[in-house]
Amino acid sequence: MTLAEVKKGDRFEISRINDDYVRVQALRFGISDGASLTCQNKIPGGPVIVKNRLQEIAIGRRLARNIQINLGS
Amino acid sequence: MDCCTITQQMDIPTGTEKIVLAGNPNVGKSIFFNYLTGLYVSVSNYPGTTLEISSGSYRDYAVFDTPGVYGVSSFNDEEKVARDVIISADIVINIVDAVHLERDLFLTQQIIDMGKPVVVALNMMDEAVENGLDIDVKLLSEFLGVPVIETVATSGKGLDTVSESISLARRGNNSLQENQEIYSEFNHLTDEIKDRAEGLLIMEGDSFVAEKNGREPLNYREEIYRIRRRRINKIIDRVVSISQENVNIKTRLGNLMLNPLTGIPLLVVALYLLYQFVGVFIAQTIVGFTEETIFINIYEPFIRNIVNRFIEPGSLFGRLLIGEYGLLTMTVTYALGLLLPLVTGFYFFLSIMEDSGYMPRIAALTDRVLTFLGLNGRAIIPMLLGFGCVTMATITTRLLGSNRERIIAIFLLGLAIPCSAQLGVIAGLIAPLGYKYFIIYIITILAVYIIAGTGLNAVLPGQSTDLLIDLPPLRVPRLKNVFIKTYLKAKSFIIEAGPIFAIGSLLLTVLKETGLLRLLQNWLLPITNWLQLPQDVSTAFIMGIVRRDFGAAGLNSMSLTPEQTTVALITLTLFVPCIAAMMIMVKERNWRDAVYIWFGSWITAFTVGGIVAHII
Repeated sequence: MTLAEVKKGDRFEISRINDDYVRVQALRFGISDGASLTCQNKIPGGPVIVKNRLQEIAIGRRLARNIQINLGS
Repeated sequence: MDCCTITQQMDIPTGTEKIVLAGNPNVGKSIFFNYLTGLYVSVSNYPGTTLEISSGSYRDYAVFDTPGVYGVSSFNDEEKVARDVIISADIVINIVDAVHLERDLFLTQQIIDMGKPVVVALNMMDEAVENGLDIDVKLLSEFLGVPVIETVATSGKGLDTVSESISLARRGNNSLQENQEIYSEFNHLTDEIKDRAEGLLIMEGDSFVAEKNGREPLNYREEIYRIRRRRINKIIDRVVSISQENVNIKTRLGNLMLNPLTGIPLLVVALYLLYQFVGVFIAQTIVGFTEETIFINIYEPFIRNIVNRFIEPGSLFGRLLIGEYGLLTMTVTYALGLLLPLVTGFYFFLSIMEDSGYMPRIAALTDRVLTFLGLNGRAIIPMLLGFGCVTMATITTRLLGSNRERIIAIFLLGLAIPCSAQLGVIAGLIAPLGYKYFIIYIITILAVYIIAGTGLNAVLPGQSTDLLIDLPPLRVPRLKNVFIKTYLKAKSFIIEAGPIFAIGSLLLTVLKETGLLRLLQNWLLPITNWLQLPQDVSTAFIMGIVRRDFGAAGLNSMSLTPEQTTVALITLTLFVPCIAAMMIMVKERNWRDAVYIWFGSWITAFTVGGIVAHII
């Protein structure tokens, strides 16, 4: 499933990011494949707020649709 | 072409060692910089950017500040500047936010991989404790291979230890060692070009640094980033433990700002405060004093007097300098007396929103709406700034991720965002007409804004970038920081936009002297008929190009029906940005794009104005 489908409070792992630039930028922010993340918030129709420990990242909805994730972990 | 000249420009005696302060955005770097350098700081523009680099000295060292970045690369201006300054460093003091080690240590490890001797200042330790984080500082230092010093910069704690530790800076443990193949390629490359920092960046595919060394960039970026990320995750797992999960008030407030039900009312309150501060306090009280009292009543007679002594005021040259649109009279009064206070006020407010961590949350909240216009949440910054000065906002569109977004933003700014100079006059004219006309005005402008944005988004080729931003923790902004930021930005407004205003007024005097201005007014006559407005209004339109507020103010003296006033104001708002904004479009884009945008907004303005005139 994609990051756009997670619900607030879900825990998940990133499995694939399609865009090169985004992948690199995400690596800098601490979001790498295999990293265990939480969906902190979801703005209706808007960005998904992802949390890694205390680090929060806002990811635009269209981008979130291009990020593959695995629920659970 | 823009590479590595910064330290040479700054007049440092050869042999002086350079300390460079580096860190992510908003980690408190400037406090360290001020602590080390004291009062004697020079600020200079970094060539080819709007960015300023502060430098000073500490003991025998030269000290340089850098823009806050998440990594060293060439993704934007900030990174390019930070890259060049860090490459030139002898010692790097890396300031790290203890609460956000996942994010911040990436830069730390990258600088270590560049082979620079590093001291890490682990800042905001008080917040880390508050958040229940337990950090094994000694172990962190062992892993990184560089000294790590705990600090709380805002209260001055640990700053002295950092300064005493400069001589202890060491080259840390290179993360590339974890992949022997890449590490040996890296060593091989750096043996050839004799610079580990540049070698690393070539490995990471930085084309600027590669070109400087006469080489092709290599394709290891992602692989190296992965190695680095894995290593940092490993370090953090070992070094950081969360003793208790604290949900404090700041976290809650942060969530309220993002949730539309609470976030939108909060945003409305913030915008209302912004309006009260800039639109009422600065626009009326402060500008009343600076524009009227200082510039029109004191400065202008003074400068006329001086120029009169040397130049015949009636001559062409005299009129260029002190005539109706004079360089030394109108331009100076407009740019310094009217716009500077407004722009400064805007920047002050925006700096508070930025430093408190509210701005990125507004960007996240408004992202959804802005994506319809082919923009993303980051565009909220130039859009807000446009209500201050469209010229300045146009420059700020540089922070947007793609050319496509820049074109859309610049067009919308020029078309449908009335700047502060204009807003005051519009409000004054429309308020006596009553709610009906006010609502017609707002709805028309808003509709044009939305239709133009969605239209451009549909028509322009390519795809806009998506929002991907870090939401820093909410913090009480430090006033000193806010003031410094405001000062630097106001200064860059004068430097960047000042000459544009000057060119604009020169052009106008020329248009007037050559009779072209008259001609333009005549061309507009058929249009005033279509708008069902008296012919005199064309003068107001032309004046609107000179200064947007002149145009609206020109309507004051005409006797128009409420319908006519509304149509005239709508047309004026959409018509054109002022001549400075028109010029800046050429500078920021190119002639072709600028001409498209000008004609695009003229056609839109007259079409929409006419339609409204025929409906109401």
